[in-house]
Amino acid sequence: MKLDRTAWLTLGLTFGVPLCLALLNQSTALSSALHVPTYVIALAGKYLCFAMLALAVDLVWGFAGILSLGHAAFFALGGYAMGMYLMRQIGTRGVYGNPMLPDFMVFLGWKELPWYWHGFEWFGFACFMVVLVPGILALVFGYLAFRSRVTGVYLSIITQALTYALLLAFFRNDMGFGGNNGMTDFKDILGFSVQADSTRSALLVISAMFLCGQYLVARYVVRSRFGKVLIAVRDTESRTRFLGYRPESYKLVVWVLSAIMAGIGGALYVPQVGIINPSEFAPANSIEAVIWVAVGGRGTLSGAILGAVIVNFGKTWFTGVLPEYWLYALGALFIFVTLCLPKGVMGLFGRRTA
Amino acid sequence: MCRLFAAFLFALLAALPVGARADQVTEAVAALASPGFDSVRAGVEQLSYSGHPRAAAIIGALQAGKLFVRTDKALFVKQDDGEFADALSGEVAQPGGLKQVRVNNSVRGAIDAALGVLRLFAPDAAARREAAEAVFKSHDPAALPALEKVLATETNAGAKLKMEQARAAAVLASPDSAEADRVAAVAVLRLRGDIEARGFLASLSGQPQSVTEAIVTAITGIDRMAQAWSVAQSVYYGLSLGSVLLLAAAGLAITFGVMGVINMAHGEMVMIGAYTTFVVQQFMRANTPGLYGASLLVAIPMAFLVSGAVGVAIERLLIRWLYGRPLETLLATWGLSLGLQQAVRSIFGANNKDVDTPGWMSGATELGGLTLTWNRMYIILFSIAVLASLMGALRYTSLGLRMRAVTQNRRMAAAMGIRTPWIDALTFGLGSGVAGMAGVALSQIDNVSPNLGQSYIIDSFMVVVFGGVGNLWGTTLGALTLGIVNKFLEPVAGAVMAKIVVLVLLILFIQRRPRGMFPLKGRAVES
Repeated sequence: MKLDRTAWLTLGLTFGVPLCLALLNQSTALSSALHVPTYVIALAGKYLCFAMLALAVDLVWGFAGILSLGHAAFFALGGYAMGMYLMRQIGTRGVYGNPMLPDFMVFLGWKELPWYWHGFEWFGFACFMVVLVPGILALVFGYLAFRSRVTGVYLSIITQALTYALLLAFFRNDMGFGGNNGMTDFKDILGFSVQADSTRSALLVISAMFLCGQYLVARYVVRSRFGKVLIAVRDTESRTRFLGYRPESYKLVVWVLSAIMAGIGGALYVPQVGIINPSEFAPANSIEAVIWVAVGGRGTLSGAILGAVIVNFGKTWFTGVLPEYWLYALGALFIFVTLCLPKGVMGLFGRRTA
Repeated sequence: MCRLFAAFLFALLAALPVGARADQVTEAVAALASPGFDSVRAGVEQLSYSGHPRAAAIIGALQAGKLFVRTDKALFVKQDDGEFADALSGEVAQPGGLKQVRVNNSVRGAIDAALGVLRLFAPDAAARREAAEAVFKSHDPAALPALEKVLATETNAGAKLKMEQARAAAVLASPDSAEADRVAAVAVLRLRGDIEARGFLASLSGQPQSVTEAIVTAITGIDRMAQAWSVAQSVYYGLSLGSVLLLAAAGLAITFGVMGVINMAHGEMVMIGAYTTFVVQQFMRANTPGLYGASLLVAIPMAFLVSGAVGVAIERLLIRWLYGRPLETLLATWGLSLGLQQAVRSIFGANNKDVDTPGWMSGATELGGLTLTWNRMYIILFSIAVLASLMGALRYTSLGLRMRAVTQNRRMAAAMGIRTPWIDALTFGLGSGVAGMAGVALSQIDNVSPNLGQSYIIDSFMVVVFGGVGNLWGTTLGALTLGIVNKFLEPVAGAVMAKIVVLVLLILFIQRRPRGMFPLKGRAVES
């Protein structure tokens, strides 16, 4: 696979900038002018995880024409899988000091760990679930949806219904995922404290590595022969079908891949922000992820990463300076981008690269 | 022969209480005239159950301290003009040597109870009904003679029914009723069939064998009835929820179903309608307080106009640039919805606003075992009215004709001289206006907050997609089905779980029927 200039630039920036931030945070003294405060590290880590979600959305929306309004569900499921591992790591350090049960279960008066919590004390198992759970959900949902040729707006609406149903489900206390409050108060990951600066820096660099890896995978997929068919499906699904391809299989593969990418993003997100709760399933989050892609440029991959970082940076800045105007700005951004910038920021550079 | 014997028996039975009654009055008067509070109390009770026409007057006089006794134990009532009248006949008399009949607390209690029974003879039918209900609850066998007497003359059907039920309860509670009467009484109570009748029947013990059997079947019957009523109640709740969904989705059925525009700001049109209601109420409270009760009726057209105008503006400024790009429309209107929510939040504040429910909409009515709340009832009626006028507008007005022409074949319609851009704007305005009217209804049952619309948007889309896009009947059926299924699942699975189940069922349904229950046919489907 030959990388062009955009790809090199994307890789360089997505890996180089976080690496520099982490190094500056670790190697400089607090008083130094070059010191990067830890909250910047945490923020940057968050942006990178969102970028993974954006990349996942771009893969299905930009190249297969599937506008998912429920991708945050896969992100959150990955996050919950990681959150369960982190909860089990708390052990006796919880408020109730129960070695087996997380605090919220003790609080609800549960005596035993539910069966689906077993195994999450092992990091490897949790990582496996981070991939498996969103993957299985996407496989089942996608198989049913694509087989019966649910397309376009209808698909968008049922993906939204999916994440809404999960939102309601995870709000329930008896689901065993912490209900309303979700999971928080994590202590350590693989023996390193999640609060420590060094862990945060390491997580940032790991996120950057994963993001680069996902970018390369996505780029490989869309440039392969498989990707060409996918683009054909996006542009005219019926014609592709008449040429003898099976669009539903192509869509299903890319859909599951995308869900797994989103799940990994969620898994890296949770230790860095320190909380996972059902609001991550909110339909609004999924739609916001779509706008990141639209801002960056749909169908460009690099643009998805760029869009996620720009919009989230804007959100951080706005909610700090003019909190009541953030929604106006976000709303205006939606309208402006769809009306005036159909190719997103990447379109400004006059190329459509993948 | 047999019939003759039965008639004789019946006559005997009918005659018995009459004889007893005459005795009762004499006894009661004698007891009232005797010294000692206990005998006075017994007299009051006896008199009240006798059903004597002067009983109320006598007991009332006793309560007011105006009942006097002569040395020969005849009773006299002191009238307002100072004259004395014979207690039983009511004729004016000039007695001498009168002594007031004294009462204590225990007698006063008996007087109150007696007056309650005597209300069975009240001229007002509603009062008689209440009195009978009170007797039913106390099921005091002593009230039987009074009930028999009043039943013989009662003409009001409602009151008569209550009295028969009261008599049935008293017959069952009395130790010396005949077995056949008891069985008949059980049948009466079974017909009453409510929780009180069931409780009373279940509390009975020591009844003869045949009566016990009748009671057991009656209780099973009542339980089965109650189950049927609770199913009916669920259907009502379901219809009510369905009508709310229908109201929220009707506008969307126009903008999305007919025009194919994905308006994610649809919920905000509903929200604007609800806030219009709030503003109209504030305005009318300040300026025309006399007409405040009609504020909702004023709010309905206002909400239609305000939301409709906003809709036309949205179409002209935003959506018309995005025709043929449904996914972009979705994103842009989502952005718009964020802006509208924030705008309302800036103007009115983030808190919930109080929208009053007018008097004629509050309260509830009972229909058999059903509780029908008025506001839900009005919302059901309102949704029917909205749907009917919407269908009428599409079908019978020239604007409706043009709308249908444009959605069926835009270019041909344009060639026929229809100004399609304006029709687009007006269609969108119509859909938005209907959403605004839905907001008036929702302001009565939901919190009026900037987030009002968001909670309905997913449901509305589900209804429209489920019913089949471009089909108002489908939307109606979809809304009612979803509402009823939801309400039937709720008692089994809990409110949240019911919603989740409905969503999952819907997702699965759309897999099987990707175009809803009533899909459009033809080439337009593929586009």
